[in-house]
Order: sequence, then C-alpha cells, then structure tokens
Amino acid sequence: MSRLYVARNPRVAARSLDGEMMIMSGRDSTLFTLNRTATILWQAADGATPLDEIVEHKICPEFDVEPAVALHDAEALARELAGHEILQVSEQPIPPRNAPSGESR
Amino acid sequence: MSNLMQEVTEKAMALGVPLAVQVDLTYRCNERCVHCYLDHHDHGEMTTTEIKHLLDEMAEAGVFILTFSGGEIFLRKDFFELLEYARQLKFCVKLKTNAVLIREREARRIRELGVESIQVSIYSHRPEVHDAITLIPGSLQRSVEAIRFLKSQGLKVIIANVLMIQNRQDYPAVRALAAELGVECTLDPTVTPMMDGNRSTVSLGVGHSALREVFRDSSLVGDVDEFCAIPAKADETGLEAIPCSASHTACYVSPYGDVFPCVQFPIPTGNVRRQPFVDIWRHSEQMNEVRSIRVKDLTTCTHCSHGSSCTRCPGLAYMEGNMRGPSSQDCEKSFARTGIPSANMLAKKLAAPNLIQIQVAQVQPPPLRPLPTMATATV
Repeated sequence: MSRLYVARNPRVAARSLDGEMMIMSGRDSTLFTLNRTATILWQAADGATPLDEIVEHKICPEFDVEPAVALHDAEALARELAGHEILQVSEQPIPPRNAPSGESR
Repeated sequence: MSNLMQEVTEKAMALGVPLAVQVDLTYRCNERCVHCYLDHHDHGEMTTTEIKHLLDEMAEAGVFILTFSGGEIFLRKDFFELLEYARQLKFCVKLKTNAVLIREREARRIRELGVESIQVSIYSHRPEVHDAITLIPGSLQRSVEAIRFLKSQGLKVIIANVLMIQNRQDYPAVRALAAELGVECTLDPTVTPMMDGNRSTVSLGVGHSALREVFRDSSLVGDVDEFCAIPAKADETGLEAIPCSASHTACYVSPYGDVFPCVQFPIPTGNVRRQPFVDIWRHSEQMNEVRSIRVKDLTTCTHCSHGSSCTRCPGLAYMEGNMRGPSSQDCEKSFARTGIPSANMLAKKLAAPNLIQIQVAQVQPPPLRPLPTMATATV
C-alpha cells in the first residue's frame, strides 16, 4: 500500500487556542476548529513525514488506540480536511511552497 | 457572527486571549478626508524590525485576526514585507485602505499572500461628492478601479461607507455600486471625534431625521418593525454582560507602539517599545479597568430603557469624559431607531429644560405587538 503525505495549506490562517487549532479557510473565509487529534495531525503535516509515521509517533502515544484503527481514521480525517482545502494530501512528499509559509503557533 | 466564531470568541475571552488586534502601520495618508479622526504627521512610526517583533509577540499571545490599517497602509514602503511576515505567522489578515495605490500588481500580490479581506472606503458613487470628502481629485475613480483589480483576483472586498451630511443621500447608490462590483457594503452612521479629543468632526454626522430614515430602510435593517421595536430593559444577564469586546478579546496598536483597548478608545495602556505586548494585555491597569466594567456598572445607562439593545460605544463615552457614562452619539441612534429618548437625553433635558425640549408620551403596554413609534419627541 502506498504511503500518504500531508501538508498544511499555506493559504489558510491558523492559530492554536487552548491546544486546539482555529483555521480560517483561504478559499471562502470559513472558520474551522480542530479537536486535539486533528490539531496534532495539522501540526505534524510538514509534507515530508508520511501519515503512518505521524500516527505512530504523534497520535498513538497520546491516545489509547490501535495503530491500524488510528491510521484509518487519520486518513479519513486528512482527506476531509483536504476537501476543505485546509490540508494537502499526496502519495508523494509535498515540497514547501514559497509563500506564505511557517509554523503556526 | 457565526455560531462557531461566537464560540471561539467566548473561549478566547475565558482564556484572556486577544483574538483580534488592529495595528495601524502609519497615520500618514494620501487622502485628507474631512471627517478623519487622525493627524497625518509621522511622529516616529515603528520600524520594520519593531513591527515584526510585535507580530511575533502577538502570534505568541494567540492573536488570530490581524487588521492592518492606517492612515494609508500602502504608503509604507515595507508594507508587503510586513504582510508577508504576518502571513508566515499564520495570522488571518484583513486590510483597511483607500485602495488608491492598488493596481493589478498589488492586487495579485495580496491574493498570493492569502489576505482574508480588504475594506475600501467609498463615500459616494459621485466623484464630486467622494472627492470633495477625500479632498483628492480622481480618488473615487482610483479606488473603484482598485476594487475591480482586487475582485479580478478573487479577493473578498468590503466597501465601507460612512454616512455624513455631505453624502447622506448617496448610500443606496453606493450599495448599488457595490452590488455591481460584486462586493459587500457596510454603512456606518457614526462620525467619531479625533483621537486627540477634538470633536469638530462630529458635526459632520447626520442628524436625527436622516438617522431615522436610515433605520427604517428595510434594505439595510431587514425587518423594520423588529429593528425599531421598543426595547426591553436589560435583564440580569444583560446587566452582567460586558459592554463590548475592547480589552476582552480585542485591542489596537498605533504606529508608535501605543496600545489601546480599541482604535476608538484612546486610553493609553502601554507601549510595545517599552514592554512586551502580552504584559500590556494582561497587566496594564487601564486595560484591566476597562475589562472590569459590566453593563450594571454604567452610570445612567444601567437604568436606560435602551439597556438591552443600545450600541453604546465605551470608547466614545470615554472621549466624552467617562468610560462608564453614556455615549451621546449612541443615545441619538437609539432615539432615532425607536423614538424613545435615552435616560441620558432625559437627564440632559432635566438639567437644561430651556435648551432641549423632549416630549415623552405615556408608553402603554402594546396591545398585540410592539409598535415602532410609541413616543414622540421634539429636540
């Protein structure tokens, strides 16, 4: 099975509020809030780390969940966020875009 | 405000997070609007480095919505450098501008940098009126051209129309212009005093009859009967409410680094050149004093029949001399909207019966539903 890579869409605005991300869509100014799991995924989505590694190293240690179940859920979540243009999902590593970029706090 | 935004705002308030901050990058301007509340000299603006440092601090403090305003923001040669930096820090950036300096290249860059919205001041659809307010010939044409450039990039543009004596007839046509351009339009009926306390600009605001007319325009307010209904007195929950978001989830930073609760609330709380932003936000005595005020603490307004529906601005009240007092301009708006004089207006009538004459009709309980004009008044 091919690996998935996820990257934050540089067009969105994002800020952490009490450990949960607020995301403003760059497409239509819709506001989203991410729960803690989705926030972990968002923060780890650097385009270079495969999703399964993010799940193994960042999500599973935080939650009492089977890795296979967690990966399945994370894939579904990543695709949903990609549908809102919050995340980019690819079967290849995603190179960083020129601007705007940077980590969100 | 959407439910989610409301939820986020409440959470930010509970956590003491400054969710939204307006930073004026400069007070310099290429227009000279007759009603402007600023002086346009440069008294020592923050440098590029200082503003970037401030943006770092604000991101760290949790600021999410960042409005760059002025003055005219495009007069700063480092504007795009600052905008790019702000977007790297993932702020949701909104711009306020007269747009005179925005051409195709600037519009493209704004789109590339992912700006959320651009608010452009348009005072009239008629050049002879708009340009007479900005005092710059050709400014309407330049601003409208800029809006077209911005729209062609798919950007969200909002026309901001301030209602004044000079343009009081023009707001329907400005709204039509906005519709033709495919942009939103807001109408502000309040002309504010200058930040130095000079109130001469206030006289440019429209009077009671024009306000009354605007508040009965269903294209603006929706259901006129509902909008102009006789207000219910503030209940216990209302009395415990905060007057506005200033110092709770929002504040303002001037081009010189001075921090205020709001752009319209010029009580100095600290300067980011001398203190970290977050220290001013959390610990400034003045910021905390503003933060402590609840509706029940307001003098006069607590007992006013408009308590539950008034748009009272604490900043305007402060500029009148008492941040816990009434804001006369908002009293006038409440009166124009409902026909019921505010407690402040009645008190003034008692204080100067020969100067202000307000006749208050006996208000009877409405038979079926609230009527928009249960009282008549002559001022």
